[in-house]
Amino acid sequence: MDRKQLQYQVACMRKSLFDQGYLDEQFNQLEDLQDEANPNFVEEVVTLFYSDSARFIHNIEQAMINKPNIDYGKLDDYMHQFKGSSSSFGAKKVKKECSQFRECCSAGNIEGCIKTFRQLKLEHATLKRKLETYFQLVKQAGIAERR
Amino acid sequence: MATSNGSSTGTKITALVVDDDRVINAIHCKLLNKLGIENHVAANGKEAVDLHCSGKKFDLILMDRDMPIMNGIEATRELRAMGVRSIIVGVSTRSIKQEIQEFMDSGLDDYQEKPLTSSKVISILRKIDFVD
Repeated sequence: MDRKQLQYQVACMRKSLFDQGYLDEQFNQLEDLQDEANPNFVEEVVTLFYSDSARFIHNIEQAMINKPNIDYGKLDDYMHQFKGSSSSFGAKKVKKECSQFRECCSAGNIEGCIKTFRQLKLEHATLKRKLETYFQLVKQAGIAERR
Repeated sequence: MATSNGSSTGTKITALVVDDDRVINAIHCKLLNKLGIENHVAANGKEAVDLHCSGKKFDLILMDRDMPIMNGIEATRELRAMGVRSIIVGVSTRSIKQEIQEFMDSGLDDYQEKPLTSSKVISILRKIDFVD
């Protein structure tokens, strides 16, 4: 595939990530921070997020096991942090599920928490796959540009 | 180009990013770096206080609110009690007025909602007279 086609694919994929609501403006802000010294800054941030978020997910799962004595305060704290982290790189759908989860926490609704958490993990995994594909394509387009 | 407030030699501004989230730290450090600000990181309020106890000084401190060991409210109070006069800007995802006020009352100069952007950082620097 030639350079122009790759760049077109990158642009289309990027547009669809925004149009389908996976990403928001914060992702643009991070891309603007990329420069020659740090051309893969956004990918590095996303990799860091997915590395750390495994711990958040584990902590939340453990905190939800202790039925009926659920510590909703602790659950909310974990999710507050997870939300902050995901919103920092523009993970729009993940952030939305975090907010939903916190509403269920405030209401003491464990079934709602369980359902929302399931959806959150799905969005989290879907975004990971999509961004991995996107960054691979960006790299290919970058390599093609340098030839 | 950012210059230190009151400095005649144009010394680089120094900043301390205090947050337990590595993603946030990476982003905020990059933002500051792009604006020519030399930055350091502390993973919680206690580390920030310990840095100051060891004699380190910073022009600007970006202080997260919710952190383990010592949170941003406690750390800000502690730093002010120690006589630290750096500009301390609270940074958090909290948006409830009372929670923000509680954080401000601990001794902040300003508060910004996460996530920080280049324009938010520039507005902080303008408010404290570090940029034109």
